[in-house]
Amino acid sequence: MHSFRFAPVALPPEAEAVRDEVRTFLAENLADYPPAQRARSWVGHDAEFSRKVGQAGFIGMTYPKEYGGHGRTAFERYVMLEEMLAAGAPVGGHWIADRQSGPTILKFGTEETKRRIIPQIVGGEALFCIGMSEPDSGSDLASIRTRATRVDGGWQVNGTKIWTSNAHHCDYMIALVRTNPEAERKHDGMSHLLIDLKNTDNLSIRPIRNLAGEEHFNEVHFEDTFVPEENLIGTEGNGWQQVVAELAFERSGPERYMSSYILVQEMLRAISQDPSQMSAVAVGRLVAHMATLRTMSISVAAKLQAGEDPALDGSVVKDLGAVLEQSTPVIAHQIVESEPSPEHGDDFSQVLAYVTQAAPSFSLRGGTREILRGIIARGLGLR
Amino acid sequence: MNEMNELSNILTDQVNRLLGEQVDKPTQEAAEAGDWPEALWQQVEENGLPRVLVPEDRGGVGGGWVEAQAVLRAAGRYQAPIPLAEAVLAGWLLSQAELDMPDGVVGIAPVRREEVLELRRDGDGWRLSGTATRVPWANRAGHLAVLAQHQGDSYVALVEAGNWSSEADSNIAAEPRNTCRFDNAAVLDAARVELPADALYSAGALARATQIAGALEFLLEESVTYANDRVQFGKAIGKFQAVQQELARLAGEVAAAGAAAESAAHAMDRAATFGDAGFEIAVAKIRASEAASIATSIAHQAHGAIGFTYEHALHFATRRLWSWRAEFGSETYWSERLGRELAGRGADALWPYLAER
Repeated sequence: MHSFRFAPVALPPEAEAVRDEVRTFLAENLADYPPAQRARSWVGHDAEFSRKVGQAGFIGMTYPKEYGGHGRTAFERYVMLEEMLAAGAPVGGHWIADRQSGPTILKFGTEETKRRIIPQIVGGEALFCIGMSEPDSGSDLASIRTRATRVDGGWQVNGTKIWTSNAHHCDYMIALVRTNPEAERKHDGMSHLLIDLKNTDNLSIRPIRNLAGEEHFNEVHFEDTFVPEENLIGTEGNGWQQVVAELAFERSGPERYMSSYILVQEMLRAISQDPSQMSAVAVGRLVAHMATLRTMSISVAAKLQAGEDPALDGSVVKDLGAVLEQSTPVIAHQIVESEPSPEHGDDFSQVLAYVTQAAPSFSLRGGTREILRGIIARGLGLR
Repeated sequence: MNEMNELSNILTDQVNRLLGEQVDKPTQEAAEAGDWPEALWQQVEENGLPRVLVPEDRGGVGGGWVEAQAVLRAAGRYQAPIPLAEAVLAGWLLSQAELDMPDGVVGIAPVRREEVLELRRDGDGWRLSGTATRVPWANRAGHLAVLAQHQGDSYVALVEAGNWSSEADSNIAAEPRNTCRFDNAAVLDAARVELPADALYSAGALARATQIAGALEFLLEESVTYANDRVQFGKAIGKFQAVQQELARLAGEVAAAGAAAESAAHAMDRAATFGDAGFEIAVAKIRASEAASIATSIAHQAHGAIGFTYEHALHFATRRLWSWRAEFGSETYWSERLGRELAGRGADALWPYLAER
């Protein structure tokens, strides 16, 4: 049985030094950014801001220097991440590339792909989206049907990817496609393709409005779309192993408990310095949960730094984190007398309006609660 | 640092082996019936476990709270029916005042935050007065280490058994929690300490949070083992997704409580003054007490009716968890205290405060 122990780790001094760098950067580039925008944080897409983040050296921090990365530690990256999220910076543009697309390319990509793409990611100039889910394949990812057929000089792709956040603003997608439909097991015969969304014919991107009326995610449709040979990432037929590794990057991120942070902060403002007992209890409890998840997240960062596989521990943090994030707007609603107002209310009611409506996604994106708990159950030796 | 890690590892092995071998069901049942497990206590004392926080030059192990945590966690893990956690706290408290820890069972008082024991001068010596309720194992203690007050200062006083009157009381795990009356009681020794009046209460909260974390590890292991063994509908119940999902939740609670308790132990070792670890102690007791409620519920559900019997050993852990979540402050008490402090600091101070922990 997995130990499920998250040993507390003190952040090293070089990581603490990053904190000041990021705070200075944010003070210069994000002054007067309103709370309702900050609440969006890693859903917020701002290409210009992403380029500035890249120029400041905050993307690809742990990537090797030979590909334009900064060769820094997982702890330094951790501090950068938590400072960005605590400030509610609009990091959605480069988030996916930094967290999972870049590491996937570095781990599986050819030398040519690494030299071509990684420096663009690091500069905040290549923004990525995720090409996993399909209309009929959500949690059962191995059932994907998007088909890539060998043609002269590359592949011809047909199919549809869905829930691709910010695809309409992004430069690239790493798509999981089926290259051998004859494979005996459904987990075999899949491959990873790098698709240039801006310079490829025969693909269409259709935004899907979410329940709040906002357009973040999309349906990306491929119809006889040509993808050149050199855009295969890794080995043909190895797509499942690669996507599992990519999901480990996605799920082990320390950001997995901070989606509602701005609301916690605004709640603290709203209850004033002399709160009722109920308000004090609620906020104290929330912060205790946050502090515990931060301890656990830094412990996961330590495992990343040590080269250990953090997939299982990351699933624990993400599951607990999502429960906390989703409870936050409920608690805010219960202790602060405020009707959520998306556009014309005060800061608190706008933040509450946003987080309330975003909350259902917290336990869906990046692996549903049920899938994560299935992974944990496997770690317990039950499956 | 490495030396201390080694000490921590040695202690962990030692205490887990000792309690794992010595604390069995007959011992538990006899203890609940009122038999004092003298042999177990002798071994615990011979191994120096109560003195984990006592400096080496006072005959102790010379460990910090990280080392103490290994002992406290195991005390919870094996539900040792002896006042080991209280003795560790007594050793710590006496050492803070540079007083020696006597042999035998040494308990602590007071343990309720509203109760104050007053010390007064009597010639060259001291006298202690006041009432302390819910004092753990006072009926078995040869001495009590008391955090008392005198003219606005904190003092640690050592009182020998016979100098207080004790009334029986217990928690729902049948652990003694006595009412002790000190009426101008003779004091063996006393010394002033630079500790806030509620320091023992806070240290007790950390100890209970750590014991909870240990008991939760036991609950998880027991529940997974049972779910893999128990067959219904032709397969182990652990193969059912409904059961798997709940046990995964249990694992999350166990992990969170453990991380919070461990983090507080590290904070205590880092702290320049006692109050510096106040945040982490509050977090640990809040998180562990909440986890205790969720985890006991899931573990009992997984065990079905057999877990509701006295015969099955599950209740030795769950009844302790239901007691310990309330002792030294519930999650509600600590949440309110923490919430008020954070509200006082203001919204914009929240992140900088969290980040510097």
